[in-house]
Amino acid sequence: MSILVGKETRLLVQGITGREGAFHTKQMIDYGTQVVAGVTPGKGGEWAFGNIPIFDTVSEAVHATGANTSVIFVPARFAADAIIEAAEASIELVVCITEGIPVLDMVQVRAYLDTTHTRLIGPNCPGLITPGEAKVGIIPGHIMTRGNVGVVSRSGTLTYEVVYALTQRGIGQTTAVGIGGDPINGTSFLDVLQMFEEDPETEQVILIGEIGGTDEQKAAEYIASRMSKPVTAFIAGQTAPPGRRMGHAGAIISGGEGTAAEKIAALTRAGAKVARHPDEIADLVASHLR
Amino acid sequence: MNLHEYQSKRVFARYGIPVPSGEVATTPSEVRDIAVRLGGPVVVKSQVLVGGRGKAGGIKLARTPDEAEQRADEILGMKIKGLTVKKVLVDPAADIRKEIYLGAVLDRASRRIVLMASSEGGVDIEEVAAQTPEKIVKVAAHPFLGLRPHHARILADGIGLPKELINDFIKISQGLYQAFVSTDASLAEINPLVITGENKLLALDGKISVDDNALFRHPELAEMRDPDEEDASEREAHRYGLSYIHLDGEIGCMVNGAGLAMATMDIVKLYGGEPANFLDIGGGAQSDKVAAALRIILSDSRVKAVLINIFGGITRCDEVARGVLEAIGTLDGRVPFVVRLVGTNEEEGRQILAEANLITATSLADAAQKAVAAAKGELQ
Ligand SMILES: Nc1ncnc2c1ncn2[C@@H]1O[C@H](COP(=O)(O)OP(=O)(O)OP(=O)(O)O)[C@@H](O)[C@H]1O
Ligand SMILES: [Mg+2]
Repeated sequence: MSILVGKETRLLVQGITGREGAFHTKQMIDYGTQVVAGVTPGKGGEWAFGNIPIFDTVSEAVHATGANTSVIFVPARFAADAIIEAAEASIELVVCITEGIPVLDMVQVRAYLDTTHTRLIGPNCPGLITPGEAKVGIIPGHIMTRGNVGVVSRSGTLTYEVVYALTQRGIGQTTAVGIGGDPINGTSFLDVLQMFEEDPETEQVILIGEIGGTDEQKAAEYIASRMSKPVTAFIAGQTAPPGRRMGHAGAIISGGEGTAAEKIAALTRAGAKVARHPDEIADLVASHLR
Repeated sequence: MNLHEYQSKRVFARYGIPVPSGEVATTPSEVRDIAVRLGGPVVVKSQVLVGGRGKAGGIKLARTPDEAEQRADEILGMKIKGLTVKKVLVDPAADIRKEIYLGAVLDRASRRIVLMASSEGGVDIEEVAAQTPEKIVKVAAHPFLGLRPHHARILADGIGLPKELINDFIKISQGLYQAFVSTDASLAEINPLVITGENKLLALDGKISVDDNALFRHPELAEMRDPDEEDASEREAHRYGLSYIHLDGEIGCMVNGAGLAMATMDIVKLYGGEPANFLDIGGGAQSDKVAAALRIILSDSRVKAVLINIFGGITRCDEVARGVLEAIGTLDGRVPFVVRLVGTNEEEGRQILAEANLITATSLADAAQKAVAAAKGELQ
């Protein structure tokens, strides 16, 4: 087992003919992901990589190919609509890589998604991988190895850094999930922790958070009250000045809220082991191995 | 991006919020002319993008046009929290009976636009929130339904607004919500909204922060950007598509990825250094982008060492190493560079750098320690 993506994933790529979309589709196929369709408005009827049919709309693509998951590489100004289109076509899991979607668009999107059965990962995220089964997004596949550690993170390269360190020490992962760096997203730390808690193959979890918002604090409440599996955490942004957006739209301390210190305190109180710097994460994980 | 008070109030006026009939000026004599036109006492208000202008002496009452000119002469050119005042707003002085607060923010936790009101207007709302949170009333608007009249009534009730002002207050609250949504704001604030001697509501101060990611659909707002909002090096970085924030330390940091960039700053601090900046160069690390980034970092004379920390995922470390070398070759080597490459082909990458006599590191902790030592001149 694993969470969210795996052998049963039948992937649709929205924006398959764009530069990013085409490049990463190739990488996902090479990893072994079942990419069954692409959508680019105006290019319906054409083919990508020889054998992947392209459609004008998501609903056509779903009817023709049975796609159950979609990954979005369309530009920011069209991305909100792309997410809604996927949800209307009853795609179960939508992974939005696009960075820079206006936050009020995401307010609308999220309110709509809450009335559907569609789960959104991201936006502004690297996607997710279940090693050896499926890669949906842009996480470099070869740094992952299959094992029993679940990883959930708001940051891309910081995830790669940590997963790579684990892999080098022979510690594998069930699934790595990038939930993205935007202030309003589809899936929270709490959601993913619940999934890892219920996944029999996952034995422990790494949570990589950062300044801004209160998602880590909510995760801490869950860790304290419900979580049986050990959690190792890291929070980036201890030296970030208040009121400045640190690269990610969501990484900002505003009104004194969302500091690294308050998140570290909440997670420590909840019983998670909090690493002082990224190198320590793999050490703490190793200390939990049975 | 933040709008100035005068810009924010112009936006508010478009949504039916009553604002004073002031004008903007850049010289004392213009201020005098405006004061003559307005007749009666005026308030000369510095237009800089920082909070607390009043406390800093950037807002002054003037009873006559002569006095207005004098006050403007004092305020124009003064520095408030590091920013030079280049413009003033001249508003007719209002007869204030009571100051209240009305603001709209995007609340991340509830994912809704929240309107807040307080009977304690004119003061820093964060202070009110910290000291007397019970004096702030909040309502959340569902994104599909917007701000409804009853929401505004809840606010009015909560702050004890006189009954005869409620209808106007509803219009102002709904106008503020509309202004927020229509400008893709992340914050829209009236502080103070005053009750005048004639028992009317009037927005004396205005503040709007616009979501940078939405500026593509608001060209008229994008044009209002005050370049002084960012420092020169930050402006330069943005031209190259780099995400850069200037800080006070001595160790320049160049990293790919926002999370890793923050973690790199943090570990520099953990090992006794101070980061000079936040910098995310994004994926790829092409040499022209790296060169621009390094030039910007080195333009800060306080920088004593540079720490380059790149995770090579899809772009391999050997490619990154060549890009970094090429970039460093175009600079004068005034400070030591510590480079850490990790990920795909890291051995090859490290070898390329070592042959070029750069200080290389394997772990992040090692890199941070070496950068701190190098900045103290203990490592060459
Ligand atoms: N047109 C006006 N007539 C009379 N008094 C005014 C006027 N404008 C401002 N004031 C007074 O000055 C105070 C401060 O002004 P204002 O709120 O515009 O600036 P501020 O809040 O100090 O600045 P910032 O917005 O930078 O924090 C107000 O609370 C009000 O009491
Ligand atoms: Mg004010």
